Amino acid sequence: MTGANPAQTAGPRDPPERGMTTDDQTPAEAPPAPMPPAGLALRPRGDSAVLELSGALTVHEVTQLQARLERLEHPPEAIDLSGLERIDTAGAWALLALERARAAEGTTLRLEGASAETTLLLDHVRRALPEPEEPPRRERGLTAMLERTGRSVAAGAAFLLDLLGYFGLFLARLGRTLRHPREFRMTALVAHAEEVGYRAVPIVGLMAFLIGVVLAFQGSAQLRQFGAEVFVVDLIAISVLRELGILLTAIIVAGRTASAFTAAIGSMKMREEIDAMRTLGLDPATVLFVPRILALLIMLPILGLIANVMGLFGGALMSWIELGISPSMFRTRLLEGTDVSHVVVGLVKAPVFALIIGVVGCHAGMQVQGNAESLGRMTSQAVVTAIFAVIVADALFSIFFAQVGL
Amino acid sequence: MSGPADTPEVVIRVRGLQNRFGRNIVHEGLDLDVYRGEILGIVGGSGTGKSVLLRSITGLQRPDAGRIEVLGVDILSGDERARATLDERWGVMFQDGALFSSLTVRENVEVPLRAIEGLDPRIRSQLADLKISMVGLPYLAGDSYPAELSGGMRKRAGLARALALDPEIVFLDEPTAGLDPIGAAAFDTLIRGLSRSMGLTVFLVTHDLDTLHAICDRVAVLAERRVLVEGGLRDMLAVDHPWVHEYFHGPRARAVFDVASPGGTGTKE
Repeated sequence: MTGANPAQTAGPRDPPERGMTTDDQTPAEAPPAPMPPAGLALRPRGDSAVLELSGALTVHEVTQLQARLERLEHPPEAIDLSGLERIDTAGAWALLALERARAAEGTTLRLEGASAETTLLLDHVRRALPEPEEPPRRERGLTAMLERTGRSVAAGAAFLLDLLGYFGLFLARLGRTLRHPREFRMTALVAHAEEVGYRAVPIVGLMAFLIGVVLAFQGSAQLRQFGAEVFVVDLIAISVLRELGILLTAIIVAGRTASAFTAAIGSMKMREEIDAMRTLGLDPATVLFVPRILALLIMLPILGLIANVMGLFGGALMSWIELGISPSMFRTRLLEGTDVSHVVVGLVKAPVFALIIGVVGCHAGMQVQGNAESLGRMTSQAVVTAIFAVIVADALFSIFFAQVGL
Repeated sequence: MSGPADTPEVVIRVRGLQNRFGRNIVHEGLDLDVYRGEILGIVGGSGTGKSVLLRSITGLQRPDAGRIEVLGVDILSGDERARATLDERWGVMFQDGALFSSLTVRENVEVPLRAIEGLDPRIRSQLADLKISMVGLPYLAGDSYPAELSGGMRKRAGLARALALDPEIVFLDEPTAGLDPIGAAAFDTLIRGLSRSMGLTVFLVTHDLDTLHAICDRVAVLAERRVLVEGGLRDMLAVDHPWVHEYFHGPRARAVFDVASPGGTGTKE
């Protein structure tokens, strides 16, 4: 090994190409050696059952070695390693795996002519040879499938119960805050209200405006066939005020805010800040949940109202351009044809959606474990759960309002 | 194994390295040689650029000036092809293992092996099992995901991945940080054993005086933006630079050196 060193140390300023060639030609006996130009050669010694290996036996050649050994008609009794120039742990492993397979069959394989370094390496690898263990078998079949189904149903029920528990916790802490208003942190509430409400105004407004435009455009195309263009006003008003305004706002807020709650609370959970709070006598539910959910509870109806106004504005603009319904005519038709109950029906849903989004976001944040993957997983799960729950709640509201005739 | 005895071959040569972040100069005129087969410990106070040095040598960070040669290949101006061959010849173990979280431990160790053309997938996974066993992990750990392992096991798995291709040099970033003393000692033994049996050169960034004492052949102290001193532990004890003196004569250091070799200075040649 040391024989090649002067060449290496003498020419550090060589251009890279030349540096590489000196490297390649380094004669190598020890495992750490540069890239080999030579491959592996197998040759039976005379007519005996001894196989002579020469060249290199490294991770590059093990596949070749196994394939060629399988092709041999008579398995060798011994392998002569004296011709080997290079061997690494992969090569040693291949030889030892062969030796072990032979031992399992009741025959032996001798490894002859190994140099001192190779022997050292072989011993080292032999000591480390893994003993395969069977992982515990997974149950398959009908029972296992039923078990999995049962478990996921039970887990779903436990999840809903847990959410209900968090809702109760929020109400309890809110009640305590009302009794002891001094403990309440107004600054936090205002900060969260700004974050979830004020900063969401542009996106919510734009979204609602575009929805109004789309409704007017699509509605006019259909209603024109019947000569009933003017009813586009009712179409826009009812669908925006009753359903779309608040539902789409809630969906956007769920995507924006539920994820933000989960990320904020989850990263505090990850860094043990929540535990630190508990040891300092601060209640995480009071400090973290109440201001967030309360802010959402206040801001979501306002955002819904903004969405309603922007939706009507977009619809009116499009009706004017597309159908020639002037803004004053739109206004008259709107006041005549649309009852104020539609607005009430729409906005009454807002607090419920706010509670759903807030509770889901905070709950998911508290489920974060100590690693970053779980933070990411819980964040996306919070968004999906919140949006799904909002839509389910909206469907239930529709059925309810249809039943009571509103 | 020819240790760094008669004519030691230099495998890493750093000359005039300069690294700066904005106005903060981390390295200036830093020179360092690492010899084949040795275990070199890099120590230094916080912010002296131990990790930056490791990242510069492994090409993760481009220094502002200087020359770095690893195994005769110029890291900074060498051509891509030559650089690429180095990936097979060195391995890096990051502080917390830096395992790919979406892969099992076995798949993690297989990642470097996938670069080998024509390697049978069955052999590849068995070779991964061998490396997992070589770093002292139980067989079934190969099926686990990194998040399911303890910190010490993740470090071992990271080492297994770094060793997957039988590299000539391994870079270890704080291998024993965050391990309990028993786990740390076991890791020291593991590194020393692997270094001896596979002829590894080990570049070790550490704060752990026990590790320095137990396994390092040489120590290089980073201070004042360069390698202030390098040599055996005994040489370190004789240095009278205030920081180095404090480091090797502080209460913790004294505890290590006194317990390990009562009456002596506890060095390795």
